[in-house]
Amino acid sequence: MAVKVRIPVPLQRLTQGKEEVEGNGGTVIELVRDLDKKFPGIGERISEGGKIRRFVNFYVNEEDIKDGDEVSIVPAIAGGKAVNSKW
Amino acid sequence: MEFNEEQLQRYSRHIILPEVGGKGQKKIFESKVFIAGAGGLGCPVGYYLTAAGVGTIALMDNDAVELSNLQRQIAHSVKTLGINKADSAKKTFEALNPDVNVIPVKERLTNKNILELIKDYDVVVDGTDNFPTRYLINDACVMLKKPLVSGAILRFEGQVTTILPGDGPCYRCLFESPPPPGLVPSCQEAGVLGVLPGVIGALQATEVLKLILGKGKPLKGELLIYDALRTNFRKVKIPKNPDCPICGENPTIKELIDYTQEYCAI
Repeated sequence: MAVKVRIPVPLQRLTQGKEEVEGNGGTVIELVRDLDKKFPGIGERISEGGKIRRFVNFYVNEEDIKDGDEVSIVPAIAGGKAVNSKW
Repeated sequence: MEFNEEQLQRYSRHIILPEVGGKGQKKIFESKVFIAGAGGLGCPVGYYLTAAGVGTIALMDNDAVELSNLQRQIAHSVKTLGINKADSAKKTFEALNPDVNVIPVKERLTNKNILELIKDYDVVVDGTDNFPTRYLINDACVMLKKPLVSGAILRFEGQVTTILPGDGPCYRCLFESPPPPGLVPSCQEAGVLGVLPGVIGALQATEVLKLILGKGKPLKGELLIYDALRTNFRKVKIPKNPDCPICGENPTIKELIDYTQEYCAI
């Protein structure tokens, strides 16, 4: 199940600057696991214990991912002065 | 109140718009807007709302102007380096439009002071730079049923949404809880294109004026995402979460939470 995944700017460091990558998976979490194989570390940023983190949203055309879908990852952002960051 | 000759001229391009007119301009003049943050977003929001003739603008910021701010924070200048940002912006806005009463609020928003600070305003604008304050503002606006125009920026990407408590989802319906400290980058580390807050701030100011005028369709129940590199605007739906901890059917947050300590401990 190949889909296009829109990578948000804060995560593009992990995808070598790519804004859009190919991924595979029938569910969002399968897709995250697949992305993590290609781009190690991305899984931890987006999910925790097999669940999508609560400040990240996934947008798909429909609930189950279908071949050719475009999936967008949308994290909460806040510019500013906070220190320490992994993203 | 009646507009004098000078004001009629100043606001003439508004007044000739059928959607605004003299009546709408009067509404704008009688409105009160609270802007949290006089930085990248607060500067353009305040600048345009001042030009538009919003009668009362509170500008809240506790920081002083630094040289690294001037790449994007257009209400400040080399003349106001070291001065509190709310005071600095007040000078700029008053030079643009002396009709406007700009109230500098030189405090940090906390769970103790926020309700009192925003309660008399018609609309709240979030132009803050950190998650603790962002969630605090959302929760306080939900509690007071205060319209909130939220904007956020990072690197080349911006997000905008309008929250009308009781009539649509809130920020927690979208992102239920803040990321743990350190998991999301800040502008200081990640950088931000200087023009980006101008785009997002102008969108926020537009939303505020629409709310004041009661015209058009507010950006409610949707998140607008701007990608400056691709020149792409996308809207995604924000469903109202019936289990939302603050605006859901059985809210679990009954008092304002202070996340600051948790963040500062790291």
